[in-house]
Amino acid sequence: MNNKSIVLYFQLHQPYRVKRYTIFDTAHDHVYFNDEGESDKNNKAVFERVAEKSYRPMTELLEKLMYEQPDFRFSLSITGVFLEQAAQWAPDIIESVQRMVASGRVELLSETYHHSLAFFHSKSEFETQVALHREAIFKTFGVIPLVFRNTELAYNDELASWAAGRGYKTILAEGWDTALDWRSPNHVYRAAGSDTLALMLKNYRLSDDLAFRFSDQRWAEWPLTAGKYIDWLHSSDDSGSIINLFMDFETFGEHQWESTGIFQFFADFVKEWSVSHGAFSTISQAVEAHEPVDTVSMPQTITWADAERDLSAWNGNELQKEALRHVYDLEHEIIQTEDADLIADWRKLLTSDHFYYMATKWHEDGNIHAYFSPYDSPYDAFLSYMNVIRDIRWRVMQHRKGL
Amino acid sequence: MNILMLGWELPPHNSGGLGVACYHLSKSLAIQGAKIDFIVPYTAEHPDIDFMKIHAVTAMTPDERNGLGVYDSSKAVTSRELPDIPGGSKNIRDLQRNYVSYIENFIIHNDVDVVHAHDWLTMEAGVRAKELTGVPLIVHVHATEFDRSGEFSGNPIVHEIEQTALLMADRIFAVSSITKSIIVHRYGIPADKVEVVYNGFDPASFDDTYNYDALTYRYLESLKEEGYTVVATITRFTVQKGLSHLMHAAAKVLDQYDKVVFLFAGDGEQRDELVHLAAHLGISDKVLFTGFVRGKKWRDAYSVADVFVMSSVSEPFGLTALEAAHHDNALVISKQSGVGEVLNSIFRFDYWDTDLLADQIIGLATSPAMLRAMKRNVQDEYANLSWNDIAEQCMTHYSLTSNKVAA
Repeated sequence: MNNKSIVLYFQLHQPYRVKRYTIFDTAHDHVYFNDEGESDKNNKAVFERVAEKSYRPMTELLEKLMYEQPDFRFSLSITGVFLEQAAQWAPDIIESVQRMVASGRVELLSETYHHSLAFFHSKSEFETQVALHREAIFKTFGVIPLVFRNTELAYNDELASWAAGRGYKTILAEGWDTALDWRSPNHVYRAAGSDTLALMLKNYRLSDDLAFRFSDQRWAEWPLTAGKYIDWLHSSDDSGSIINLFMDFETFGEHQWESTGIFQFFADFVKEWSVSHGAFSTISQAVEAHEPVDTVSMPQTITWADAERDLSAWNGNELQKEALRHVYDLEHEIIQTEDADLIADWRKLLTSDHFYYMATKWHEDGNIHAYFSPYDSPYDAFLSYMNVIRDIRWRVMQHRKGL
Repeated sequence: MNILMLGWELPPHNSGGLGVACYHLSKSLAIQGAKIDFIVPYTAEHPDIDFMKIHAVTAMTPDERNGLGVYDSSKAVTSRELPDIPGGSKNIRDLQRNYVSYIENFIIHNDVDVVHAHDWLTMEAGVRAKELTGVPLIVHVHATEFDRSGEFSGNPIVHEIEQTALLMADRIFAVSSITKSIIVHRYGIPADKVEVVYNGFDPASFDDTYNYDALTYRYLESLKEEGYTVVATITRFTVQKGLSHLMHAAAKVLDQYDKVVFLFAGDGEQRDELVHLAAHLGISDKVLFTGFVRGKKWRDAYSVADVFVMSSVSEPFGLTALEAAHHDNALVISKQSGVGEVLNSIFRFDYWDTDLLADQIIGLATSPAMLRAMKRNVQDEYANLSWNDIAEQCMTHYSLTSNKVAA
């Protein structure tokens, strides 16, 4: 049994959900994200609830574990729209992350500010959002990330070329079987088309054991203990040197509630892993410590979502395609207005979550979509979104008229 | 003339056009001297009605009655012998049984010259009144089960109730020739027993203090400033309204001429399907869904529109077309809609003929002169549809029928 390094990466993100917005609001009400009702379209209420259930207890636990275990390290990616909302409604969470980052044991990643899939729709908008994010991360935490992760881990060789060109050292992707074939995700790889860019692949089986299956009582392995999980980690591909566990931060406390024992599990797991001579690494540390064993190519886009692992959760149906077409069609007109509020509102509408709420595939994955959607149906999500797009367009027209 | 009118709803407690038609017809009959006892199944105030006596069958509220689903007969009846539900008349068959009992009692204690029953909901009560006393029975058909069920076969029990009453009736009023044709051909009733009695239109009932508020549909108004034409339909989103045909026609229109925007005002079980169809056709941006509209938003929808389309697969009459004309719309009406029979300055199309419908809409959108002319000319036509004339027609047939039955 060799000594593997655990590479933990947690994603922190909250979208600005669009309130119920009808054609009677279009051309009247230019505030789209200010639902104040009981539903989960109320961004402030959602943020405060998730802060209480997940962000606070988990950041507290992480800080405590860092204090108790000098070798404990991990990575975080935090969207700009998360930072904005946290600054407004739960600034203590940012302070906690600032302390952890200052310790040098928490690495922050680069991504789009607005958690968008702009890479696949507009390269210029994508570049702008990445730059905005770097700026926000530097301003808030004083660091410049060297690792890139695209929204929803949406990845292909073209993205890797872009990242290499921009000087990134490492990029993340889903360790999906079609790309890996017989290979294991438990190694550092080289991204196809680049001599310099390291590719770190999510071990989705072991990650999803926590993120999705942990509390599932129908799962044969339920209940999962730290000891059992560590056995799996040790026995996962003996030749491997790392295990990439990538998941949403909200796994802890929101997707898996406190009552499932997820916090206790995580605390036990970190302590026992250290005791069993395992190590923890940030992404860059792992890449530094291990040479790439092979080159992996993904000509087709692969994401970390759904059984298909493609972009169909965001652009698979006609509602989504329409909404995407119309919002991205506005890009040049919007930018030309140089109206900061208008541009900011438009960018918030590019967040991938809006399109996820319009998903209509109700098979196996439908449950997850429904669980994460604050709308009555994909059609309601679509109608509100389209009415907002019309309002944005109306504002552009007013701008042109000099009003 | 003492008329026992068997109804299901009256304004302001109506959920559809049936109540509106019953209100205006009764009012005009009363003006011509008829004494009317009007039966409704629920208990409520009718503040605007002092021209007739309203009788309540049960203590149920109008909302509870609506909850039974008057229009969706598929949900209403599955068995003739539905068990009684403890605690009240919670299903439509129980309510209809109560209605029949009430009429059995009423008819023997009151002097009635004619019984006038509206639609399947009250037909059994009408038939029972005739059985008990021999009083002449008029059955007024605003819609048949074939109309309500669209492309489905409809509820067999409702069909049977209609069949029995149409056979038993001394005279049948149908709201259009289309409806008469259904009664004759699908229920096998002799044509000379069926009289077409169109609905009227009372513009006065609209001219309250309404002023169009251009801010309600401000986005649409801003498009109109840019030269767009607004095409509206205001209806329930059910299969019988033919809205998917309208959506296909909209795509054909936009393919040729893009300065047209479509307003789908209303709600119903077909909404999601229509939203999806618009996306599928790539025209979501030009198709606006309002959700259910009432009051000001409802009238402003007519006002913002230039063209009103009624694409119904089967529409016995279609009062909304006249409402649209009253709000200065040009009308494009399917040949399967009865209201088209009383209007001349309109475009007609078979509901499935999306090429023709698209052609007509493009014609109106690209020819301001024709649009103006059609808006103006149809006004003179609906203004002639007087409820007084229609009441007169009814009175004549009451007399004829009474004399025939007496003889």
